[in-house]
Amino acid sequence: MPARSLAALAALCLIGSTAFAIAQDKPTDPQIAHIAYTAGAIDIEAAKLAVEKSKTQAVVDFANDMIRDHEAVNQQALELVKKLDVTPEDNATSQALSKAAADERARLSALDGAAFDKAYVDNEVAFHKQVNEALEGLLIPSAENADLKSLLETGLKLFQGHQAHAEHVAAELR
Amino acid sequence: MMVPRHAWLPLVLALAAVSPARAGTIRVVIDKLVYSPAEISARVGDTIEWVNRDPFAHTATVRGGWEVMIPARKTVSQKLETAEAVDFYCRFHPNMTGRLEVEAAR
Repeated sequence: MPARSLAALAALCLIGSTAFAIAQDKPTDPQIAHIAYTAGAIDIEAAKLAVEKSKTQAVVDFANDMIRDHEAVNQQALELVKKLDVTPEDNATSQALSKAAADERARLSALDGAAFDKAYVDNEVAFHKQVNEALEGLLIPSAENADLKSLLETGLKLFQGHQAHAEHVAAELR
Repeated sequence: MMVPRHAWLPLVLALAAVSPARAGTIRVVIDKLVYSPAEISARVGDTIEWVNRDPFAHTATVRGGWEVMIPARKTVSQKLETAEAVDFYCRFHPNMTGRLEVEAAR
């Protein structure tokens, strides 16, 4: 393994999230675009499940906010890759994220009522935290294209907002 | 040309009656999840124009107080009617914060 990969792997281990730790090298722009889009799509799917299952207004409202914001940012991402003529490229990190999301979805689907609300909101806090750490520590520093970097930076601020919002909702549920 | 001073007086009085305090409009732009300016000084009677350039909905919310909803890429006007000094934030993205100081009208 080249030194560069080892350094990247070490940085990823510090991030400490399983999905992002699978990537062993600095991601390319097409991979970064794919990872960012995948993370957004995962959160939209989780939110749709929450809108369907939850009977708590604060949780349903939060989930609808997630659908609206992540759809808007993913729309921006699609417009950007089109403008840049870049094809998002599937990669180990995206696959690990999708796998983890499928497992989480199965876990959430089996829960109801207060148990579902708590599990969904706690996972939202953890998921956004994980994505924010990856954005700050890996994806933003790795992005070559200035427009992509700028979109990721806006995404980071947006997701930090979501993390804070999710923490508020989690506190309300307690 | 010389105009007798008293000829202007009715006009001056009429203008004064129409705009006793000359309320202003303060534009606050929201771009990439940042309010600018984040510190707003105003007077009662002024109007804040919240200009949201983001594709995301935002709010200006005072905890336990008022809230202005600012939809994505829209501008919303808020007439200031109360002298107050308050912190506000976006309820959807609580990492967005600002402060508003409204003084009594002149």
